Parts: sequence; structure tokens; C-alpha cells
Amino acid sequence: MPRIVKDWLADHVELPAGLAAEQLAEALVKVGLEEEEIHPAAVTGPLVVGRVLEQHPEPQKNGKTINWCQVDVGPHNEDGKPVADGGTPRGIVCGAHNFGVGDLVVVSLPGTTLPGGFHITARKTYGHVSDGMICSPAELGLGGDAGGIIVLPRDMGFSEADLTPGQDAIELLGLGEEVLEINVTPDRGYAFSYRGVAREYAHSTGATFTDRGVLTGSEPAATPDGFEVRLEDAAPIDGRVGCDRFVTRIVRGIDPSAPSPEWMRRRLDNSGMRSISLAVDVTNYVMLDLGQPLHAYDLSRVAAPLVVRRAAAGEKLTTLDDVERTLHPEDLLITDSHDDGTGSRVLGLAGVMGGESTEVSDATTDVLVEAAHFDPITVARTARRHKIPSEAAKRFERGVDPLLPAVAAQRVVDLLVEYGGGTADPAVGDVGGTAEAFSRTPIVLRATEPTRLSGVEYTPEQVRSTLEEVGCEVRASTDTPGDAPAETFAVTPPTWRPDLTDPADLVEEVVRIRGYDQIPSVLPKAPGGRGLTAEQRTRRSVARALAETGFVEVLSYPFVGATDYDALGLPSDDPRRTSVRLANPLAEDRPYMRTNLLVTLLETVRRNVSRGLSDLAVFETGLVTRPAADAPAAPALPGGARPSDADLAALAAATPDQPRRVAGVLTGDREAAGWWGTGRAADWADALEAARLVAERAGVEVTVSADSGHMPWHPGRCAKLEATDSAGRTHLIGHAGELHPKVVEAFGLPARASAFEVGLSTLVAVAPDEPVTATPVSAFPAAKEDFAFVVDAGLPAATLRDAIVSGGGALLEDVSLFDVFTGEQIGEGRKSLAYAVRLRAADRTLSADEVRGVRESIVAAAERAGAVLRA
Amino acid sequence: MSTPDVQAAVDPLDEAALDAAVEQALAEIAKAADLDELKAVRTTHTGDRSVLALANRAIGALPGPDKARAGKLIGPRRGRVNKAVATRQAELEAERDERVLVEESVDVTLPTARTAAGARHPIELIQERIADFFTGLGWEIADGPELESEWFNFDALNFGPDHPARQMQDTFYVGGTETAGASAPAAGSPAGTSSNLVLRTHTSPVQAHSLLERGVPLYVACPGKVFRTDALDQTHTPVFHQVEGIAVDEGLTMANLVGTLDAFARAMFGPEARTRLRPSFFPFTEPSAEMDLWFPQKKGGAGWIEWGGCGMVNPNVLRSAGIDPEVYSGFAFGMGIERTLMLRHGIADMHDIVEGDVRFSTQFGTEI
Repeated sequence: MPRIVKDWLADHVELPAGLAAEQLAEALVKVGLEEEEIHPAAVTGPLVVGRVLEQHPEPQKNGKTINWCQVDVGPHNEDGKPVADGGTPRGIVCGAHNFGVGDLVVVSLPGTTLPGGFHITARKTYGHVSDGMICSPAELGLGGDAGGIIVLPRDMGFSEADLTPGQDAIELLGLGEEVLEINVTPDRGYAFSYRGVAREYAHSTGATFTDRGVLTGSEPAATPDGFEVRLEDAAPIDGRVGCDRFVTRIVRGIDPSAPSPEWMRRRLDNSGMRSISLAVDVTNYVMLDLGQPLHAYDLSRVAAPLVVRRAAAGEKLTTLDDVERTLHPEDLLITDSHDDGTGSRVLGLAGVMGGESTEVSDATTDVLVEAAHFDPITVARTARRHKIPSEAAKRFERGVDPLLPAVAAQRVVDLLVEYGGGTADPAVGDVGGTAEAFSRTPIVLRATEPTRLSGVEYTPEQVRSTLEEVGCEVRASTDTPGDAPAETFAVTPPTWRPDLTDPADLVEEVVRIRGYDQIPSVLPKAPGGRGLTAEQRTRRSVARALAETGFVEVLSYPFVGATDYDALGLPSDDPRRTSVRLANPLAEDRPYMRTNLLVTLLETVRRNVSRGLSDLAVFETGLVTRPAADAPAAPALPGGARPSDADLAALAAATPDQPRRVAGVLTGDREAAGWWGTGRAADWADALEAARLVAERAGVEVTVSADSGHMPWHPGRCAKLEATDSAGRTHLIGHAGELHPKVVEAFGLPARASAFEVGLSTLVAVAPDEPVTATPVSAFPAAKEDFAFVVDAGLPAATLRDAIVSGGGALLEDVSLFDVFTGEQIGEGRKSLAYAVRLRAADRTLSADEVRGVRESIVAAAERAGAVLRA
Repeated sequence: MSTPDVQAAVDPLDEAALDAAVEQALAEIAKAADLDELKAVRTTHTGDRSVLALANRAIGALPGPDKARAGKLIGPRRGRVNKAVATRQAELEAERDERVLVEESVDVTLPTARTAAGARHPIELIQERIADFFTGLGWEIADGPELESEWFNFDALNFGPDHPARQMQDTFYVGGTETAGASAPAAGSPAGTSSNLVLRTHTSPVQAHSLLERGVPLYVACPGKVFRTDALDQTHTPVFHQVEGIAVDEGLTMANLVGTLDAFARAMFGPEARTRLRPSFFPFTEPSAEMDLWFPQKKGGAGWIEWGGCGMVNPNVLRSAGIDPEVYSGFAFGMGIERTLMLRHGIADMHDIVEGDVRFSTQFGTEI
């Protein structure tokens, strides 16, 4: 994201003296350019100008020769006096030799911090105490070769008269600046330039802005002998040609060894861009300045005409980053006409990155400058396809002002002439668009629209002047949208604002420029809702009930791998293995979306156990994904219009079923051991009780039966819960019980861990939506009867209970199993089940005869179920 | 003790026998060592089958003049016994209060947690609190799928296929459906083909669902889980939560957005909380804003911190749901729930929130 060097910004907009990076950030954030970071000053501490007074070469044992120098640093001399006033110079050891006595150099004194956090101290070296360091450009972060130290007049172009020993070199070299980096949202491409940021600063503060991105009138017009360029886009994307303007300029006779001026290098460096060579630096500099990406070719290596065309299948290009890329037919290319004919050689990916073949080198004297305008979508797709997020692509895909190329090319020419000693060629190429070609259809805006959407009262005049301030052309419109006559404007946005296409965009400009802080705070009155849905209430009720009975709620990531299902013991054809696979999972071994909760919850339990927490009762509520193996892909539909009902149905059909579940796991003790006695280990019944509690809280009556083949549960200790809906259909609600020993082992859990998983969505669907009809409470006395029945050990207790309930009839109020007993008295393969039954009538005290009658009926019903009353 | 049958024989006019019964009662009452013994003694000597009670009952069978005499004999004697019981009762109670209860005292600082307390996860709790705030305003709470079609996650929200913002977010794309662990992918969409499905990158698709399914006027909040391809670190997690709010009605303005955000901020962070808007960009809102929260507990001094994004619903989003933007306007906002929770409770490390360690949830109990 762009970094803002203040004196550079000041080329475009008036800045107050001494503006701090933080203040600049504050001004820009108001108009929507957010602070990303404030980069600290490159150098702090006493970095000063020094004059070399003595230089004694001293050969060393390691073969090197060092210079023992005496350097006058003015008032920074040890005794605080310049040598001219009788002061004593500082002694400094220097390894470089590209300087001599009398030279003015840059000295970092003890206490200076150089780029990279390098602290300078006085230190003993080569037999001397070196009281500072004479600096090279690299050490100061100024780039360039680290071969020698800086001699200020020679290397930086300073005049001797302007320099005094002891003078602050941080300011002199612009090294002390904190640099603001801003974050530009994707709609504001123009803010990827000093021109754009300066305009925004002016909007925020009212400072005077000078637009350097418009033609001054002195730019030469295109000439017929301009470098030949052909725009031949045979396959525009969605009807938009890949290149609608291509400006070329030529500068000849540049001195290839001419360095970029110091100020340009410093500005580039502070903007986060490395200095490379004059030609490259100039194109980068103008791009950062105006926002127009540019390219410099070595003219001698380019064969006219340049052809801008789409790639042919299989074409290849080695880009400047030294990567050979296979091109895609949608890629837009800059080609030249070398040996094999017109457009035969690929020079670069248009608007993204150039190629090696025509790169400017240290031998280049004649430069061909390209300033073009490319289609944002073409550039965006190519940059994405080849993963080249280049500075040029960043700008083009966000939209570049189509009127900039001629202005920017002229700036490049001027700079190359001035600093490279070149001559501008009178031939000027400009193919494609003209100002008229880029004129835009005005947006019709009701003058009241900004007020309608913002709640702030703006006068039509305020709306008009604000839009003009951002560069729009505003005219009164006769075209009135809707029926109501109202004052309307026809607003033509400026060429640098391709993002402004709709009235709402213009509203944002008005509200933003006039200030979001003007918006009042008014709580709207909603018409009144229905409260939480049944599912939402059930979810809360279930979670709270589990928490109140000692379960701790946790969350887990829904990503799983095949090995997780293996750990769960799922057979290879288990439907729970049919999973949605992510194309770009975070971890390659967990590419699937979970189809059940336990698979990830058990992983969470494992983590807790590994942290020494072994008495656990945890639960999680969440969605699982249950795709149909043959589900169709979702249709790709455009936005901005309501899809047809058929399309909406297709979207719904393609979206996998994602039911909400609740699952829990228990390990170790359910009741702790303590001073009161021993603890109680959690077992299958705790898991089942929790599952029943969930169903009960959802208002659903469940039936429980054994399920001997459902992993991850123990085949003999797994209960299946089912419920019947109002239409009489039976639904599987879930499972509960002890986990299979293999699963316990696979997840490293304490033995006999238990678990449940229940479908919350199913419960909500099955739950009766009629309110409970209350039964009056009888105040007549109850009769209590106990029964002990002997049955086959394999007979489910629930079967006998059902028999008792049916035998008890209307008078039975409650039945509870209070003892299960096996033993010699009962006999092999038999068990005794003891029930307490409570009988009561709604309207009378039961007589002894009535009670006896019910008792006999219960016994008879139990006998039909295979039970024998114990004597 | 005497049996009731023996006592039944007492003659209500036999003064000596009555005196003997009284004497025996008084002696036993005096001997009763604790309240339980006294209770037994009282049953014996004042209950329905006691000598005096039976004698009293026999009065009815006596001839007229004897009735009055017997009554005078028995009444005061029963009174004496009852009084003695009451007196002894008071004595024993006093003694119990003074001594026995003291002897029965326990160490109440002993631990009592036979069953450990459970807890909710704070991410879930805070979502419930948020839902309560919005239902209190008369809004409704919507849920939506986490695995979503690209249309709902992007296109309906004005992210075109080439929109740069579509690249802003690090999206999990769905490759297809297959049998995990099978050597070859299952029948159906083969691996790697485009299913046009994603894990939702924000709760904003619920805007489109709500507009399509509920219509206008609409006041809906949606807390829920969202996904981005960020690796887990102190402040990021690939699976996190947001709350989305959308209101569409006639005449809604940015002022209503600000009013709603201010009220929400106060509900979450107390009466001093307030918000401010900064211009920003989201494809599904125009105008758009970043929302900052005034945070007095900010490290290094009170200040503004980023809380979420918001704006006026983009007309294209309304059109995607078949709603006329000339008639209706609306606002939408979204904020991160993890961030809200971290700010509110001083949580420094995201790992604590996502790892599922029971010690983390337990701190929060069942209400926050």
C-alpha cells in the first residue's frame, strides 16, 4: 500500500510546516484513507556533516588497509568547539578509500541509529578508538553500491558552500522522516498516487491542491511518425477491449551511467521502492507521482510495430522476475515485430510485467517510453492467474485515469532529458482514445438523494459544490427520475473516478467530503418482531440445561481428514464418510467438512485430557455438513437482479444439508471422590441421560432401543433415540452410550468414555408445535403399589415398563424402576426388575377394590410380556 | 410401658388409679432425655390410647351425676400432664439449642462440589446477549448456512466475478463431494471441479437470504460462524464469528445506522461507549464506513479502535432481492464477535477461545 513522503506530497498540495505523520494520517482517515502503519525515521541521533582533516593509511595484518582519520564535526567535536575555533577533531577508523583530505563526508557519531537498528558507539578497532563512522549510501539506506563512502559534493550534488562541519545530515539527506503508509480500498485506485492522496488531503483540510495530472497544453501532439503501435484485440472480455490507449515517446542519447538524482532516490526509497537505474527510477517515480504505470524499453532492442494482442495458446514469456510463464489466451500482451513477423515476439504482459528481452540495461542510450491504458479486468485476471501483484497491475485493476498517459509520458521525457542528458524525439505516438472517447454518461442525481440516504440536511448548492470539489461536472438536469418532480443534477464524474457509477456513489462523496461526523444518531423504530424462533429457543434451552448439569461447552474447528473418520471406526462405506472437500484446505490432511460433531469434539477432548484434565463432561452445538453424493453444482448467477424462482431453487438444491447437532463426551468421574466418599465414574447412562435431557428440553418424547452396530459406540452399550412426528413418521434423533474401546484408544481417552450426539434440527422439526394442554392436578390421595417381576435377562426394561403402563390404564400416575437384580435366587439368564407404581384418580379416593383391580391388570399385562411376579 | 388394653380398664371415677397414671406420666416426662423420647412419652400419656384419654372417653357412658364428678377428676389431671409435657419440651428444646446443635456442627468450608459445575462457551453466550439486544429493539434473529453458494456470498452482495474485493477475502472454496478415505473420489462432482460453493466469508449472505425470504420491512440480526483462510495466531483464527445486522424500510438513513450502532455499543460496553464512522468501501454498501468504538480500557490510554464495517445497503443488493431501491433504503453492519469478546473481557490470545480447553469456558459460567 502507498507510502506518503511529505515533501513529495507537498508538490501537489499545500502542507503546513512541520506536519507530523500522525497528523497527516488523521487528516486522511477522515476522507477514508486509513493509516496502515507509520514507518519510523530511517536514522536517528547525531548524523552530521564532517570534513576530513587527516587521513593516514595503516596496513593491517589481515591484508586490509584502513584509514585513521581526523574529522572535524564542528560543535560535535569532543570539546564542543569547531576546529576553526581551536577545537580538536574526532578520530575515526574508515575502511574505504574513495575520499581524501578536505572532503565533506557524512559522519554517524556515537548515539546514532542507522537503518536496520544499527547503533553506533565509540569502539576500539585496529588499535584506535573510532569515535564514530564515516557512512556509505548503503549504510544510510540510500541504496546503491556499498563500495565507498559518500562525498557529499561529489556524490550528492551539494555545493560546498552549503555545507558546514557539524551540520545535521539527517535533514540534509531527508533521513529523519517518519513515513505514513496508507490503506487504499479497492474502489479508490486514484489514491495509489501522490496526485490522488493530495486531492484527498485537500478535501479533508481545505488546503490548496494543484492538479499535476492534467495536460498543461505544452505537451506535443501525436505525430504521424510516432513509434508504430497496433491495438489488435481479437477477443475482448465482455466487449471491453484490452487496451484503449497507447502513448509512446522516445528519448535518445541518454548517458547510461547517469545516476538518478539524490532527491528522487530518497523519495523512492522512503516510498518503499528500490533505486535501480535512471530510466527505471524515472518510470517508477512518475507512476507513484501521478498513478500512471509506465514502461521503459531499450529502443535498440524493439522492432516496430508494437502489437497489443491476446496470447495464443502455448505462448511463453520470461518476465522481469526471471520466471518463464506459459500464457493464457485471455492474457493481453505487448509484442514487437522481430524476426518472425508482426507481433511475433512477446515483450511483456500488458499492464502487469515486462519481459527480459527489451529491458533497459546499463548500455541503454535510447529509450522507448510506454504509457498506456488497459482494461482493469484483463489486467486483474492476468495478475491473478500468474500471481504477479505488481505495482502496475495494482493500479490498472483498480482503474487508471485514461487521460494520464500523455501527461505522464511527458514527465518521463522531461526527467530523462534533464537527468540523463538525453534528447526528446519529436515523434510522438498516441493510438486509441481521445478525451472524447473517455467521456462518460452523466449520472442523474436527485438533489435530495444525499439527504434521503444520510439523514443530514444538505442544500442543493452544497450537493453541487461538493461534487464539483471531487472533480465532477455538475449540470442541472431536465431528466427527472420517478414521478415526483424534483431538482436533479446530471453529474459527470472525473476520468480518475471510474468507481463513481451510481447515485449512491455520489451520495457517498457528498457525505464523506462534508464529513461523516455530521450524521446524527437516531435509533430507528422497528415494527416489532416475533422474538426468537422455536429453534433458537430450543438451542438456548438445551445448552443451558447441559451446562446446569455439569457439561462445559466448547467449540471445535469443523475440518477433518479421512484418518479422523478412521479413528472414529467408521466403515469404509459409512454414509458419514461422504464429505464436502475444500479446494484449498488449511491443512492438506484435513480437507473435509465434518459430517458429525463427535469427530471434532473427541479431538478437543483429547487435547483436554493431554493437558491433565481427565474428569470431563463437554458439549458442543454446531452445524455438520451432509452432502448428497450426486448434488449438482450451484449455478453461477449474476448479481444485481433477483434470480428466478427456478434459479433460487437450484441454489438451494446445490447447497448441502447442514443440520444443527449437539454432542457431548464424558470421561473419568461424573461425581468426584472426596471427603464424602468415593466418586462415581461416568458411564453410558450419563451419556444417555444427557441425550434424553436434550430431547426433553426440545419438547420431544423419545423411545430408546439398543443399537449394536453404530460406531463410534460400544456395540453392547449404545442406545438409539427415535421420535415420532405428528404425522406418525419415525425419525432418528441420535445415539448415546459408551464409546467403543478402539475409539477410546484411538483418541487417547480414559477407559469407558461415553458420548452422545443428537440432531437438534431434527428435534425441532419433530417437536409438536401445538401448546401443551394442561391436565388438572388431582388432590385425591395416591395409592402406592410395588411389583417385582422376573424376566429373561435379554428383555429390555422398556418393554416391561410399557406393559405396566398399559396394564395400569388411566389410573396409573407414575411408574419407576427402583431395582435391578440378578443372582442365584433368580436363576441363570434371568433378572428381577422391581417397580414402584403410583395410582391416583382425578375425582375420588381409590377404593381397596379398585387398587386391587389395577394391580391384577398390571400383573396380567406383565405376564403377557413374559414376566413372572416374584413371590 | 403399659399396654392400651390394660389402660382401657381404668374407671373414670377411680381417683387413685387416675393419680397413679398422672404420677407415672410425670415421672416419665421428667425422665425423657431428649425430644425423641419426650415425643414417645407424650404419645403414651396424652395420646388417644392413654389412660387419661380412655378414662375421659368413658365419661360418656356414666350416669348423669357421675359425669360431672368424673369430669372434675379427669380434666385438671390431663391439664397437669399436658403442662408437664410442654415444660419438659421447652427445657429439652433449650438444651438442644444450646448443646446438641453445637455438637452437631460441621466444617462448612469443606468442599461440596460432588458434581463439577458446567459452563457455556463465551462466544455462544455473547451471541445470545447480542440476540437479546436486537430482539429488544424489535428485530428478529436470522440463521443461515455456513457452506454457501458463491451467489449468496458474493454476487448477491455486489461482488462481481472480477471485483477486486472478491480477492480481498481469503475464501475457502469447495472442491466437491467425495467419500473420505476412499481411494477414488465418489460419484458426483469430481474433485477439483467448481461447485460454486464456499464457506461463507462473512455473515452478510444472510442479508440476501433475509431480503429474499422475509421481504421488507426488514430488521434482522444474524450472529454466526464464518471462515477465512487465515492461520491461527494470537489475533486470527480461520473459523470465527460475526454478527450482521440489516434494516431495510422506507426512509431509513445513515443517522439510523449511527443510532443503532451507538445503542449496540452501549449494550456491549456500557453507557460511556460511543461509535464513529470513517469512510470506507464494501461492495454491498454505498455509502460505506468503518466503525470505530471509543474504548476507555485501550492499552496505552483511551482511544478509538476498529469495531466493524457498515453502510447503506447498496442498491444492487436490494435489486438482487427484487426490492426497489427508489422506495426502500436500508443499512447494514457487521462486526467480529471474537474481537468484541476479547475487548470486553481482556482476552489476549485467540488460542484460548478456539482450543476448547474447559478451563477457559468455565471462567464464564452461564451468563456474561
